[in-house]
Amino acid sequence: MSKTPLDTVEHAAATPDVELPWAELGLKKDEYERVVAILGRRPTGAELAMYSVMWSEHCSYKSSKVHLRQFGEKAPQSDALLVGIGENAGVVDVGQGYAVTFKVESHNHPSYVEPYQGAATGVGGIVRDIIAMGARPVAVVDPLRFGAADHPDTKRVLPGVVAGIGGYGNCLGLPNIGGEVVFDACYQGNPLVNAGAIGVMRHEDIHLAKASGAGNKVILYGARTGGDGIGGASILASETFDDAKPSKRPAVQVGDPFQEKLLIECTLEAFQEKLVVGIQDLGAAGLSCATSELASNGSGGMRVTLDDVPLRDSTLSPEEILMSESQERMCAVVEPDKVDRFLAICDKWDVIATVIGEVTDGDRLEIFWHGGKIVDVDPRTVAHDGPVYERPYARPDWQDALQADDANKLPRPETSEELREQVLKLVSSPNQASKSWITSQYDRFVQGNTVLAQPEDSGMIRIDEESGLGVAIATDGNGRYAKLDPYTGAQLALAEAYRNVATTGAKPLAVSDCLNFGSPEDPAVMWQFAEAVRGLADACQQLGTPVTGGNVSLYNQTGEAAIHPTPVVAVLGVIDDVARRTPVAFQEEGQLLYLLGETREEFGGSAWSQVIHDHLGGLPPQVDLERERLLGEILISASRDGMIDSAHDLSDGGLIQAVVESALLGGRGARLVVPDGLDAFTFLLSESAGRAVVAVPRSEELRFNDMCGARGLPATRIGVVDGDAVEVQGEFTLPLDELRTAHEGTIPALLA
Amino acid sequence: MTARIGVVTFPGSLDDRDTQRAIRLAGAEPVALWHKDKDLKQVDAVVLCGGFSYGDYLRAGAIARFSPVMETLIEQAKAGMPVLGICNGFQILTEAHLLPGAMLGNNHLHFICRDQKLRVENAETSWTTDYEAGQEIHIPLKNMDGRYVADERTLDMLEAEGRVAFRYLDFNPNGSLRDIAGITNEAGNVVGLMPHPEHATEPLIGTGRTDGLPFFTSILKKLVNA
Repeated sequence: MSKTPLDTVEHAAATPDVELPWAELGLKKDEYERVVAILGRRPTGAELAMYSVMWSEHCSYKSSKVHLRQFGEKAPQSDALLVGIGENAGVVDVGQGYAVTFKVESHNHPSYVEPYQGAATGVGGIVRDIIAMGARPVAVVDPLRFGAADHPDTKRVLPGVVAGIGGYGNCLGLPNIGGEVVFDACYQGNPLVNAGAIGVMRHEDIHLAKASGAGNKVILYGARTGGDGIGGASILASETFDDAKPSKRPAVQVGDPFQEKLLIECTLEAFQEKLVVGIQDLGAAGLSCATSELASNGSGGMRVTLDDVPLRDSTLSPEEILMSESQERMCAVVEPDKVDRFLAICDKWDVIATVIGEVTDGDRLEIFWHGGKIVDVDPRTVAHDGPVYERPYARPDWQDALQADDANKLPRPETSEELREQVLKLVSSPNQASKSWITSQYDRFVQGNTVLAQPEDSGMIRIDEESGLGVAIATDGNGRYAKLDPYTGAQLALAEAYRNVATTGAKPLAVSDCLNFGSPEDPAVMWQFAEAVRGLADACQQLGTPVTGGNVSLYNQTGEAAIHPTPVVAVLGVIDDVARRTPVAFQEEGQLLYLLGETREEFGGSAWSQVIHDHLGGLPPQVDLERERLLGEILISASRDGMIDSAHDLSDGGLIQAVVESALLGGRGARLVVPDGLDAFTFLLSESAGRAVVAVPRSEELRFNDMCGARGLPATRIGVVDGDAVEVQGEFTLPLDELRTAHEGTIPALLA
Repeated sequence: MTARIGVVTFPGSLDDRDTQRAIRLAGAEPVALWHKDKDLKQVDAVVLCGGFSYGDYLRAGAIARFSPVMETLIEQAKAGMPVLGICNGFQILTEAHLLPGAMLGNNHLHFICRDQKLRVENAETSWTTDYEAGQEIHIPLKNMDGRYVADERTLDMLEAEGRVAFRYLDFNPNGSLRDIAGITNEAGNVVGLMPHPEHATEPLIGTGRTDGLPFFTSILKKLVNA
């Protein structure tokens, strides 16, 4: 360490001409000039560190903000929403005095650089967001996207990501109940590692990230601060990868799930004793974020003595301490007379806790180091008044040609044998194959409340043992659909997640999203983003499910090649009694299979077009949100009233994929008859939205048909649960053994 | 009168609340015990539950074995108090030498979570009398370090004395020697196994089976009738 004079506020004012490395910290020239204008002087090194991380794309949403506003402007009237966008996570009323908080976030870039730690700390971050709301985390889900399944780098990235999610989540005692795994060459070099978490609390226990009450103490607790993850948000998450630059590995944080487990328990104990006025987790941008957000959301200012921060590495500079993204840290605001009790609880759990500052009367955030004042800012300018960009966007010139390249015109199987062969190829293709090799590395049983987990349509957790009240969550997103039409693609993602929740018998309530896109500096990508947000906001308005929060991940791009636009949508639902839930697996021979909804010739973006023809073109399936709502209502009623014993939503891979999955999970086959007016190919493989297949006990057939008829939902009897094969009459028979080998063998063969 | 069954929480214990629920479902009274506390609160039996005590950063169970609560527990177990170790609890019992052998990392090097088929080999321990010898049951299994190993002589002795309490059936999920899923001490009061009976106690939850409940009803009957 060189002995340069400490860059205090005084020193900065006296030395206006000192050049600071703003560009290396990821700031643009005009952004730096804005910082100077706000402060009326050049920033100190510490202030620059704070502004640079907080004004990064990752933390400030500067490119996406103007579009994301629609989620608020178009938010549907919902009695369920207790806390909306802007807090650590949204909170939804699920009845009986319970509130549920949930959120999905990305940890894409770190997971490519260092798969295990990147994915692990992604889980850690989202779980701290949930605890910071006052809730006990009860489950996690992981929507994942990787490059081609047979690409050598996928074999590096995927096992690391899966082990990281498992290694961290399993150690926290959180059941992993859902998510997705999708392979596509477009994610080569830009895997998407999204992580979602759900937490449960009583209404009165909701906590917010604000520092109020002059004299209240600011307590930093959890892990010591080290040099890991410095500038992670600004450098790693907000720029495209470039082979020419040095390795970014040091910007990835390292996780310690054991420490996080202790953090969960001691935080919940402090909540229980009502010791906490405000709380914030330390994630992206570390202390810079926690102090500026707590201070700017509260009524006063804040004074922090950085020397008191417990360090892992005593050589860290104040700038590094402010920027460090060391994991497993939280910041609480506690009234002075409760500090001792708070520290005692931390001590009980062997968690290091230190008073590092206090809330002040003023409106400034002041930070001291070695007696000198190194930060003196209005915290709002750091946390909330970052730059906002109206990035130019334009429909790409290739979009028309892409949509004109109609998948419905691709050559179709001409014989029954060819159809059989294609079906077998489809159900064993990496995207359609069983993911149990992956999901069996996650603990889905811990906490003893898991009602449904992967590969069910939604994960379901019981939250009250007496009443059976439960919540369900599904995440979905089809980048191929979104590439063909981002507006419709985003709506299809919502429709599918909504349908998946309803299929299990739960009522969809609210949405969280993780919007994964390429570089916002590319007008074509920005157009995709704008369209997707507009589509999702419109659809949420129509379905009555408000967006409660989420995350935007941009710069998922290597060179010129951006990923498919990939809006991942999580829908949270509630079920009054988990005993009424509907599983995917066929339960009993002889039950009647009904196809709900309408089947059209829709193959644009389909699994069939990808697997058989390596094709992406045309238009995605049509969206009819009123139909989705009706289908949802029928599925929920049928499940509540015991009219169906199993149900599966139809999405990628179409009807045959759904039937094969239900058959394999239930260990019972099915005999299918192609309904009048449809050809076998379209019947089996079309991906029309708004559909589900259900198994109806014979005794309930009349009642079920009457209900669908009265509500105007097309319901077609297509077969029966029977035997040990999936047979399509007049076409082909696929024995379950053969299907099982094909469906379950693919992923282990590629990755084990 | 019912029995009081303690459940120890170490830092990093995960299934403590689940285990307490299972004890309650069986009709006994769960009592929370804390690792720093030598006092066993006059419980009649103790369950060491699953999790990653102290992060399992050294070796699974290796540090927990030295915690204050274990001092009393080891003493009492030797005096005949029933103790059940599930997963991490089993690892702690071997580290504490209350049970022979040791646990290594799974032979496939992955965490594994599955509905595991087992055969009950010994239905005469304090924790298994509500099963029948030879009964086949399904119990969830979830672990990283579940490969049971011991030297040949120990294994032969365990077999000869009927101390292999549970064996994996159809599929050995971790490379355990002789498909051993759980064992008992000579007296039959200390039992350890890798699968999680506390996760198989309610018809709707987890795998939807209740094959694990007899662990808790067995001990309750034994204690109440004692």
